[in-house]
Amino acid sequence: MNTNNHYGAIVIGAGPAGLSAGIYLSRARVRTLILSESTVGGQMILTHEIANYPGVENISGYQLSGIMKNQAKKFGCEIKANISIEALNLNNDLKEVILSNGNRFTADAIILSPGGRSRTLGVPGEDILKGKGISYCATCDGDFFTNKEIMVVGGGNSALEEAVSLTRYASKATIVHQFDHFQAFEYAVEEAEQNPKISFMMESTISGFFGDEKLEGVEITDLKDGSKQNHAIDGVFIFIGYVPNTEFLQGKVELNKWKEIIVDPNMQTNVKGVFAAGDSIVKKYRQVTTAVADGTIAALAASRYIHELHKAKTLLPV
Amino acid sequence: MLYTNLKHLMTAADHKKLISENENVMVCCGRMGPMCIPVYGIMEDIQDEYPHVVFADMEFDNPEAHVIRNAPETKIFMGIPFTMYYKNGKLVKATSSIQSKGQVTSILDREFEISDVLV
Ligand SMILES: Cc1cc2nc3c(=O)[nH]c(=O)nc-3n(C[C@H](O)[C@H](O)[C@H](O)COP(=O)(O)OP(=O)(O)OC[C@H]3O[C@@H](n4cnc5c(N)ncnc54)[C@H](O)[C@@H]3O)c2cc1C
Repeated sequence: MNTNNHYGAIVIGAGPAGLSAGIYLSRARVRTLILSESTVGGQMILTHEIANYPGVENISGYQLSGIMKNQAKKFGCEIKANISIEALNLNNDLKEVILSNGNRFTADAIILSPGGRSRTLGVPGEDILKGKGISYCATCDGDFFTNKEIMVVGGGNSALEEAVSLTRYASKATIVHQFDHFQAFEYAVEEAEQNPKISFMMESTISGFFGDEKLEGVEITDLKDGSKQNHAIDGVFIFIGYVPNTEFLQGKVELNKWKEIIVDPNMQTNVKGVFAAGDSIVKKYRQVTTAVADGTIAALAASRYIHELHKAKTLLPV
Repeated sequence: MLYTNLKHLMTAADHKKLISENENVMVCCGRMGPMCIPVYGIMEDIQDEYPHVVFADMEFDNPEAHVIRNAPETKIFMGIPFTMYYKNGKLVKATSSIQSKGQVTSILDREFEISDVLV
C-alpha cells in the first residue's frame, strides 16, 4: 500500500454534502481527499442567491462554496477538482479509486456525494444548438431573447417562475408541458396564467430541434395523438427537473428505480465502509441545508467505522 | 471585475496585446453566473497542465468586451460565456454557453498542440 496515496476517507463530489463531510472528517483528524468531476461547489454555484441557508442572510452560491472549500482546506482536507474517475473498487476493506490520468488512491471509507444535474430532453439537435438558442439558465441568457419568441419546457416551479421572469425580455413565451396539469405550486401557476405574454401547449413535448447555425425551430409532438408539427422559434429554455449523477455507481451500491442511492439513517449504503450523502440519495427534500446535514452524518458515521476498522485490525492475532 | 484567479482583461487594448504577444490564448467572456463559473473553474484547474496556453477572462458587461461580443464568429451565440481560442492573434475556435472539461481540453489539444511548442 502506498501510504502517500492512502486516505482515511475519500469523498466523491464537492457540493455542500461532500464539503461538509470533508470539514467534519478532517477536523476529526481523518486524512481526507475530496474528488470532484467539476468545479468545487456543485449545484450551489448554479444559484445566484441563496437566501435560506441559516446564519447567512444572503449569499451567492459561488461565495458560499468558496467559504465551505476554505473551511475544509483549513482543517487539512485535500481537494482535487475537475478530475474524472475511471474505476471504483468498493468491495474490500481497502477501497480503491483510479482516475482517468492513472492516479490511484485508496481509503478505508468512501463517501459518495455526486449530487444531481439538470435533466436534458435528449432529443436530436439539443447538444449542437446549446448556447445557440437552447438554454438552461434564464438569469444568464434571458437578455439574448429581447423581443424574441421563446418556448419554456417543463411544468414545475422552476419552469413556471422562469417563464414569468423571461417575459421581461421575450415578446412571447409558450410553456410546453407533457401533462394536462402542472406540478408547480398554485401561486406559480396563477402568476403564469395571468401573464398576457404567456401561452400554453399542454400534453405536448419537443421531439427535435432544428437550425443551421442557430436554433430556428422545433418539432412538437402532440402526446394525445402522436401527431408532429414544426414551429419556428428563436429560443427554448428547458427546466424539466434533475437526475442523480449515479451512472458510475450502477452495480456498485444499491440504487432504487430512480437511480438514487439507498442509505440507512447513518447514511450507510449496502456496502460496508461506503456511505452516501446529499441529493443523490433517496430523499424527499433536496436543499443545501439537507445536503450539509447528510454530509455531517455520513462523516461522523464514517469516522466511527474507520475507528472500529483500525481497532479490529490491531486486535487481530499476528 | 470577475472574481476568478485568472488573468483579467479590462480593456480592448489589453485583449489585443494579450493575443498578439502570446501564441496560444483562451479567453472566457462571461459573468459570475452558473453557466460561466464552471468554465472559469476548469481554466483555473488546467493552467498547470497547459503551460503553453495563456488563460484569461473578460467581463461580458464591460463595454470594452465588444471585441468579443461583436466578433463575427459570436454573432449566432445566445448563451454565455463566449469562450474564445486564439492562435498567433487569430481566432481559431469559439464556443457559447457552459462547456465540460472534456470539451475544453479537446479544443486545447486540437488547436494548441503541444508539439507546436516543443519543435
Ligand atoms: C438552480 C438551482 C438553485 C438552487 N437554489 C437553492 C437555494 O436557494 N437553496 C437551497 O438550499 N438549495 C438550492 N438548490 C439545491 C441545492 O443546490 C442542492 O440541493 C445541493 O447543492 C445538493 O448538494 P450535493 O452536495 O448533494 O450535490 P451537488 O451540489 O450536486 O454536488 C455534487 C458534486 O459531485 C460531483 N460529481 C458528480 N458526479 C461525479 C463523479 N462521477 N465523480 C466525481 N465527482 C462527481 C459534481 O461535480 C459536484 O461537485 C438549488 C439548485 C439549483 C440547481
